[in-house]
Amino acid sequence: MIFVEARAVTRWYHEWIAVLIALILTVATASALLASLGLDPVSSLHRIFIRPLNSVYGVSELLAKATPLITIGVALALGFRAGVWNIGAEGQLVMGGLCGGAVALAFWGVDGFWVMPLILLGGTLGGLVWGAIPAFLKVRFNANEILVSLMLTYVAILMLSVMVHGPLRDPAGFNFPESRLFHDAATLPKLFSAGRGHLGFVFALMFAVLGTWVVKRWHLGFEMRVTGLSPTAAKFAGYSRDRTVWMALLIGGAVSGFAGVVEVTGNIGQLVPNISPSYGFTAIIVAFLARLHPLAVIPAGLLVALSYLAGEAAQLSLGIPAASTQVFQGLLLFFLLGTSLLVNYRIRFGRIG
Amino acid sequence: MTESVAIAERLSASSKQCLGVRGLSKYFGDFAANRDVTLSVDAGEIHALLGENGAGKSTLVKMIYGILKPDTGSMELLAKPYSPDSPSDAKHSGVGMVFQHFAVFDALTVLENIALGLEGRFPDEILAAEIAEVCDRYRLHVELNRRVHDLGAGERQRVEIIRVLMQDPRLLILDEPTSVLTPQETEQLFTTLDRLSDEGRSIIYISHKLDEVRALCDRATLMRAGQVVDVVDPRQESTRSLGEKMIGERLTETKRSKVSSAEKKKARLTVRVGDVYPESTRNVVLNDVYLSVAPGSILGISGVSGNGQDTLFDLLSGELILPNPDSIVLDGEPIAHLGVEKRRFLGLLGAPENRLGHAAIPELTLWENVILTARHTRGILKNDHLISGTSAKAFADEVIKTFDVRTPSLNAKASSLSGGNLQKFLIGRELLGQPKVFVVSNPTWGVDAKAQLFIHQMLMKMADEGASVILISQDIDELLSVTDRICAICHGRLSRTFPTDEMTPEHLGALMLGQEIDS
Repeated sequence: MIFVEARAVTRWYHEWIAVLIALILTVATASALLASLGLDPVSSLHRIFIRPLNSVYGVSELLAKATPLITIGVALALGFRAGVWNIGAEGQLVMGGLCGGAVALAFWGVDGFWVMPLILLGGTLGGLVWGAIPAFLKVRFNANEILVSLMLTYVAILMLSVMVHGPLRDPAGFNFPESRLFHDAATLPKLFSAGRGHLGFVFALMFAVLGTWVVKRWHLGFEMRVTGLSPTAAKFAGYSRDRTVWMALLIGGAVSGFAGVVEVTGNIGQLVPNISPSYGFTAIIVAFLARLHPLAVIPAGLLVALSYLAGEAAQLSLGIPAASTQVFQGLLLFFLLGTSLLVNYRIRFGRIG
Repeated sequence: MTESVAIAERLSASSKQCLGVRGLSKYFGDFAANRDVTLSVDAGEIHALLGENGAGKSTLVKMIYGILKPDTGSMELLAKPYSPDSPSDAKHSGVGMVFQHFAVFDALTVLENIALGLEGRFPDEILAAEIAEVCDRYRLHVELNRRVHDLGAGERQRVEIIRVLMQDPRLLILDEPTSVLTPQETEQLFTTLDRLSDEGRSIIYISHKLDEVRALCDRATLMRAGQVVDVVDPRQESTRSLGEKMIGERLTETKRSKVSSAEKKKARLTVRVGDVYPESTRNVVLNDVYLSVAPGSILGISGVSGNGQDTLFDLLSGELILPNPDSIVLDGEPIAHLGVEKRRFLGLLGAPENRLGHAAIPELTLWENVILTARHTRGILKNDHLISGTSAKAFADEVIKTFDVRTPSLNAKASSLSGGNLQKFLIGRELLGQPKVFVVSNPTWGVDAKAQLFIHQMLMKMADEGASVILISQDIDELLSVTDRICAICHGRLSRTFPTDEMTPEHLGALMLGQEIDS
């Protein structure tokens, strides 16, 4: 018989062992899938996971993909610690991109050091408002934030689509649903001579450090964590649940919005109907891969970003559909959640007693 | 010749002995929960298993009931080797157990609950007739068609006992059966147990209430640190000598030192309110709450669990606030509209009943748990925003040293401490904040005798230093020895308040059942 027993003592490294086991299981399962397609797992894995990183271009692309994942992952880690399940970071990212992009277009051709900060502020506010809606509905009517934030994602995507098909469409763009290209003062500088890695990655690193500080030193971070761990004890301590819900969703919204505007000004350079390959959803995986530790979001974000590159590489060199990225990410989240049981429990084989 | 004598001896011994346990040991890792335990229970005997929390009583009965497997040793039941693989094995062999936490289904009727506990039986009239007969024989009154969620704790326990008795057990194990009962209900239970023992059934009675054991039991096996330390006749012992044998050292008497009447000033805290509705519908609604407590005195609120104590605690601590500020007055200041944090600033501190998950967070370390309620003292919070880990650790360290909290370090998680040590830490955390009013609920629930004594001394010291203490408790002995004045709560209604000197356990029992008494 197999028994699952609570661990008497849990140590900090147990959670990282669980992560490691999840990674191993993911790679093993991916190998089995590749083998079932008649491919050699070792050389295939090398081709899709290692070779894309063999050039400055590859690394630069990796950083570009990791930027929104890390930025949003940090904010989600804070919220998830508080037990507030903001599943709509994707919508908040889109709203941020849309609002920031609209500011960039409004000041099109205007030069000045203040243009870029204004654009970033616009995007941040857009995301903030989008995060405030589920917060308000949760606090006022106890509406489930998972459903509300998720559904608002589709509203945001459609809103972006309406705008780029209509008011924000490039007048000289032959009716393509795209905005004008942003001018230089409204574009974030690139980090390397090759690839799309941009200044946003530096912002992402700063967010991770800031997030760690909030968790470790700020009373607000403690308050949110306590509320997530035990609402009853939080109430006895004098912490307000409503405040935690507001803070978690406002931080999540604002930071996701920031990630959105950074994505359009740093990476895409214009508004298009589809500005994110589900970064907002994938960031949920990143946050859990990092076990909700803001600093650990950096390696987690880089790893998951690699899965995007791997999907492209798989398509190009192995002829597998790019959707294999999602298979890989799904496997990873599945094993992560499964192995998290091992943090507080251990498995024992044997008889009763 | 010698062989036949031996057989005759064994037969006579076995006809008398119901359960024999020899050299039983059980290890969890390196920890010996039971070491070389020997126990003998005669037919028709009520045998007490006495010991502090963690002494190994539960481990022993779990092995007898087939929940745990012993590592070494052997058992005999009715002169046959006995090694149950599971509780259902134990049941078939004639062993029944009534747990401290009832395993009944709230949404089902009493009859349905009993039928569920019996293999292959249905809640039909045949079963109902059999149950009625059993109830009649043992004077266990309960209505079969009522739903369990309408029943009080005493009645639920009767359902459990009937369920076990329907299996006609030779040996019945009861785990702290009186912890949820009023004195009157306890009397009823004892009558039932006496009748069972008259029929020749044996009973293992787990308790740490020494008075009960002396009144009820024929023999007592005392356990300490996983070992049997003595087997005594409890009727030949005093409560005190039993207690000393149980914890292995001499107890100092706790008795409230009398505060001179001149010291008793006018009320520091007054509560006067009509109906109070709790946020959760599971908690009891309070009606007509009136209480007041003077500086330097301890007010006891007795009552059977689930009669509104939770709502009352929330009302006092500020987790439940009222629209009319004047409903609660502290030192002349209306505070009923203020939340927990503001009341704490005014000196109203507390320690709720549920230590893990209400007073403290199990996953956090001790010093992090300090931040929950003591963050506005000693510079733990800088500029209202930054947490000073150094200050919080210093605070935790002071609590640990001052109140003799046994813990490997202040980085230990709250969940890793024993009940008594955690409670000392939690009360100490508030005590260092110098409370004006201290509200505490069941502080010694599940706490060993030594820590219990220490906690009582902490509460009395607090009162001696001028604080007003409100002690909500189910433990009558505790209330009678610690408090100055006493009242009871029943169905959300508070009784009148009486001086503790004039109170007897019988009077208090009547108050707990909602009967008013004259004094």
